[in-house]
Amino acid sequence: MLALAAAIAVLPLALSNNYFYDIAVLVGLNAIVCVGLNLLIGFAGQISLGHAGFFGLGAYGSAILASRYGWPPLAAMFTTTLAVAALAYVVGRPILRLKGHYLAMATLGLGVIIYMVITTEDKLTGGPDGISVVPFRIGGFVLQDERVWYWVVGALLLLAVWLALNLIESPMGRALRALHSSEVGAEVVGINAADHKVMVFVISAVFASLAGSLAAHYSGFVTPGKVTFLHSIELVTMVVFGGMASTFGAVAGAAVLTTLPQLLTVFKDYEMMVFGAVMMGTMIFMPRGVVPSLERLFQRRRQSASAASEREDA
Amino acid sequence: MKSTQTRNNFKRGLAAVAATFGLLTGAAVAQEPIKIGSFLSVTGGAAFLGDPEQKTLELYVEKINAGGGVLGRKLQLVAYDSAGDAEKARTFVKRLIEQDKVDVLVGGSTTGETMAVVPLVEAAQIPFISLAGAVVIIEPVKKWVFKTPHTDRMACEKVFIDMQSRKLAKVALISGAGGFDKSMRAECLKVAAKHGIEVIADETYGGGDTDMTAQLTKIKNTAGVQAVLNPGFGQGPAIVTKNYRQIGITVPLYQSHGVASKEFIKLAGTAAESVRLPAAALLVADDLPTSDPQRSVVVAYKKEYESRFKSEVSTFGGHAYDGLMLAVEAMKKAGSTDKAKVRDALEGIRGYMGTAGVVNLSASDHMGLDLTAFRMLEVKGGNWTLVK
Amino acid sequence: MQYLLTGLTVGAIYALVALGFSIIFNASHVINFAQGEFVMIGGMATVSLVAAGLPYLLAVPLAVAAAALVGLALEKFAVEPARGASVVTLIIITIGASIFLRGLAMLIWDKNLHALRPFTGDAPIAVAGATILPQSLWVLGVTLAIVLVLSWFFGRTLLGKAMLATSHNRLAAQLVGINVRMVLFVSFGLSAALGAIAGILIAPITTTSYDVGVMLGLKGFAAAILGGLGSGVGAVIGGLALGIAESMSAGYLSSAYKDAIAFVIILAVLFFMPSGLFGQRGGERV
Repeated sequence: MLALAAAIAVLPLALSNNYFYDIAVLVGLNAIVCVGLNLLIGFAGQISLGHAGFFGLGAYGSAILASRYGWPPLAAMFTTTLAVAALAYVVGRPILRLKGHYLAMATLGLGVIIYMVITTEDKLTGGPDGISVVPFRIGGFVLQDERVWYWVVGALLLLAVWLALNLIESPMGRALRALHSSEVGAEVVGINAADHKVMVFVISAVFASLAGSLAAHYSGFVTPGKVTFLHSIELVTMVVFGGMASTFGAVAGAAVLTTLPQLLTVFKDYEMMVFGAVMMGTMIFMPRGVVPSLERLFQRRRQSASAASEREDA
Repeated sequence: MKSTQTRNNFKRGLAAVAATFGLLTGAAVAQEPIKIGSFLSVTGGAAFLGDPEQKTLELYVEKINAGGGVLGRKLQLVAYDSAGDAEKARTFVKRLIEQDKVDVLVGGSTTGETMAVVPLVEAAQIPFISLAGAVVIIEPVKKWVFKTPHTDRMACEKVFIDMQSRKLAKVALISGAGGFDKSMRAECLKVAAKHGIEVIADETYGGGDTDMTAQLTKIKNTAGVQAVLNPGFGQGPAIVTKNYRQIGITVPLYQSHGVASKEFIKLAGTAAESVRLPAAALLVADDLPTSDPQRSVVVAYKKEYESRFKSEVSTFGGHAYDGLMLAVEAMKKAGSTDKAKVRDALEGIRGYMGTAGVVNLSASDHMGLDLTAFRMLEVKGGNWTLVK
Repeated sequence: MQYLLTGLTVGAIYALVALGFSIIFNASHVINFAQGEFVMIGGMATVSLVAAGLPYLLAVPLAVAAAALVGLALEKFAVEPARGASVVTLIIITIGASIFLRGLAMLIWDKNLHALRPFTGDAPIAVAGATILPQSLWVLGVTLAIVLVLSWFFGRTLLGKAMLATSHNRLAAQLVGINVRMVLFVSFGLSAALGAIAGILIAPITTTSYDVGVMLGLKGFAAAILGGLGSGVGAVIGGLALGIAESMSAGYLSSAYKDAIAFVIILAVLFFMPSGLFGQRGGERV
C-alpha cells in the first residue's frame, strides 16, 4: 500500500508532458473500476461481463445532470451513484442466482441493454455521438488541468485500494472468500450467500459508476464507445491479467492494458495482432496473472536463497 | 603591419566561422519537417472512411515532398488509428499536440471523434481540418475548427430538391444506429417541410443487423409512400437496398453520400439499379464534360489513387485530399507554419477547387461548399451516372 | 409472415454458431470467444478463393477446411498449453485469440465489405404473402442437414459417442480409455467448420468483412446460453428462437430496440430457468 502511494507520488518525475499525464489519469480511472471488479471476480468468485454498463451509467448520469440540467457536478455525481447502486441492488438479486457462464451471459445482456438504451435515446444522451460535459466544479474551484486531475485521481485510487483491502480483511471479506470456495459450505455455516453476493455486486458497481462520473468530467464529453461489451471484456481482462484476488494485481493490470495500445502504435497495421498475441501469451505462461506469478517467483527465490544459506550454515 | 594583417585574418576567419554557423543553423531549421498530425478510423466500424483517407494522405505527402515540399521544408505525416473511438481520438490528439508537436491537424473521420477533440484543439490553438460529416462541427463556427466534407444537411436538401422535381412529396425514412445515420436523419426531419416534403414513416435498424425486411415491410404497408430515403453508411444501406428489391417495393430509393463509392454497387449488386444519391463529382470524374471546372482536379486524383492502390477511388479519400491541400495552401499563403497565421490564411481561401467542389472559406463559413458541390447521381448498368 | 421467415433464416445462422459453442463447451467447459472469427474466416476465405477464379464447389470446401485448420491450430497452440488454468483465464485466452485472428484477417484481406454471389440466384420466392430469398432456403436446408448429420455422428459413430462421454464426465471417459485430448482437438476443428459453413451461407445475404465475427459470435453465444449450454438441441432451438424473437420485435415493437428486446427475453428466460431451456440442471458437489 505504501509502495503504491510512493509510486503515485514519484511517477510525475517521469511524465514530461500533458499527454503522459493523460495516460496516467486514464490508468487511474480504469484501476478504480478494476479494484471494485476484482472484489467481485477475484474474491467473491462471480463474474460480470457488463461492468462497462455501470461505468457508462455513471458517466452519462453525471453528464446529463450536470450539463443538460445544470446541476452542480458533485450533486450530480452523488445522485448518479445512488441511482446506480439502487439499480445494481434491484438487478443483482435475481441475476446472482445464476452461476458460471449463465451469470456471465446475464451480466453481458445487462451491459448490452444499457448500451442500447443509451444509444437509442439520443434526445437525452446525444446518441452515438455523445454529449459534451462541463468540467468538474466544487464551489468556485474548477478542476481542469491534467496535472491537477492526476493528483485527484491518484488520491482517489489510494482511497479505493484502502477500502478494498479493509473490506477483504473484515468479517464480510472472509464471508466472501468462504463463498468463493464453496457456496453450499458457506451457507451451512450461516453465511447468507445471496445477501453477500449482492452487496459486493453493488460495491463494485458503485466503484465503476464513480470512476465513470469522474471520467466524464475529465474528458469533457461522453460517448457510448466506453459502454460496449468489448470494454467490459477489457476490464475483466485487466483484472485477470493483473491477478485475480489481488488488489494490486488489479491496479497493475489496469496500468499495463491501458498503456499497451499506446506503446503498440509503432506496430501500425500489426497492432491488433500483437495485442491479441500478448493477451494469449501472458495468459498461457502466467495463468494466475502477473502480480501473483511475480510474487511466487520472488517467494521461490527467497526460499531457495534461505535454503542455500541454511545449507551453508549446516 | 603583420599584427593588423593577423587581426584582419582573424576577423575574416571569425566572420567565416560565424557565417558558416549561421548557414548551418539556418539550414538545420529549414530541414525540420512540417508535421501534419492525423487521427483516422483506419480500423473499426468506420474503416472504409479512414482507410482511403490514410492512403490518400500518405500518397500526397510523398508526392508533395518529391516536388520539393512546402516552404522549402519536407512534410512529415504523423498518423494514429483511433478506430472510430472518441476516447482514443482524444488521447491521440493530446499525443499529437504535446508529444509529437505537430503544426496542423487533418483528421477525425467521424463526427463523434471530431467533436471530442474540439475542446483540446481550441485550447491548444492549433488549426484542425476535420474529415467528418455532421453540420454541428462548423455550426456554430469554432475558431480553430474547419471541415472539408459536405454537411449532412446539404445532402438532405439535395435529395429533397431532386424529389420535388420528380413530384415526390410523401417520404419514408429508414436509418441506422450510427452517429452519421442519426445526425443526418435529424437534419432531414428539420429541413423536410422547407422543401415541401412530408415524412410519413420513420424506421431504424441496428448497427450489425443483417436483415431489414421487417422494417421495410412496415414501410411497404404504409399507405401513400412515394419515395424512401436511407441515411446510413457501412453495410446497412447495401442490405436495405437488397431487401428493398426482395420484398418488391417499387417507389424510388435514395441513399446518402455515406455510401458514395463503387463498393456500395458491388455489395448491393443488381438491387442498386436506379438508386439515386447526392455525391461529389469524383465518382463520375470521367463523365464530366470538359467544360466542367472540377474535371481536371478529380480526374487527376482518381488516376493517382487508382494507379497506386489498385482499388476504386472513394469520396472519403477525396475529403482527405482536400484537407491536406487546403492546409498546404494556407501555409503557403501565410508564408510560415505559425499556427495563428495559418488559421487566418485558411479563412482567406477563396475559389479553391477541390474534389468535393469549389471552396470559399471565410470567418463565418469554415466549410466553404455550397449545394452546387453536390451532384445527383444514379446507378445505371452497375455504374454511377450523372443525373442531368 | 415475412417476419417469421426472416427470423428463421437469421435464427438458423445463430443456431450453427451456437452449435459450435456447445460442442467446444462440452469437450472442455470453455467458452470459445473466437467462434465468431471462424464464421468470418469461412466467408472471407470463400470470397478470396472465388475472386481467384475457383468455382463455388471447390471454394466452399477449401474455405471450410481452412477454418477447421485454424480451429485446430488454436486448440494446439493456445488452449492445450494452458490446460490447467482456470476457466476465466481460458476465456481471456480465446478472447486474445479472437483479437489476434481479426488483426490477421485485416492484413490478409482488407477492411472493406465484400459480397458473395448467392448460390442459386437472386430472385425472391413468394411464400404465403411474404418473400424469401433462395439463399435463405439454402441456409435453412443446410442447417437442417447439418443437424441431422451431427445427431447421427454423436449417436452412432465411435468418435461422436466418445465426445459425448467426455462432455458428461471427463474423468470417467479417460478411465474407459477415451483420448480426451483428441476429443478436444477434434471438437475445435468441428466447431470451426460449423462456424465457417454458417459464414459462407449468410455472406450472400448480408456481405462479409473482417469484423463480422464479433456480433455473430455474441448472438451465437446468447443463443447457446438460451438453449442451455452443452445441449445441441438447445443450441439449435435457442438460435431459432433468438432469430424469430429479434425479427418479431423489429416488426411489431420497436425496430430500434430489437436487440435489447432479444436480450431482455434471454434474461427473463434465465431468471426462471437458470440453466437455459434445455441445459443440464446443475448440481453442486460440496
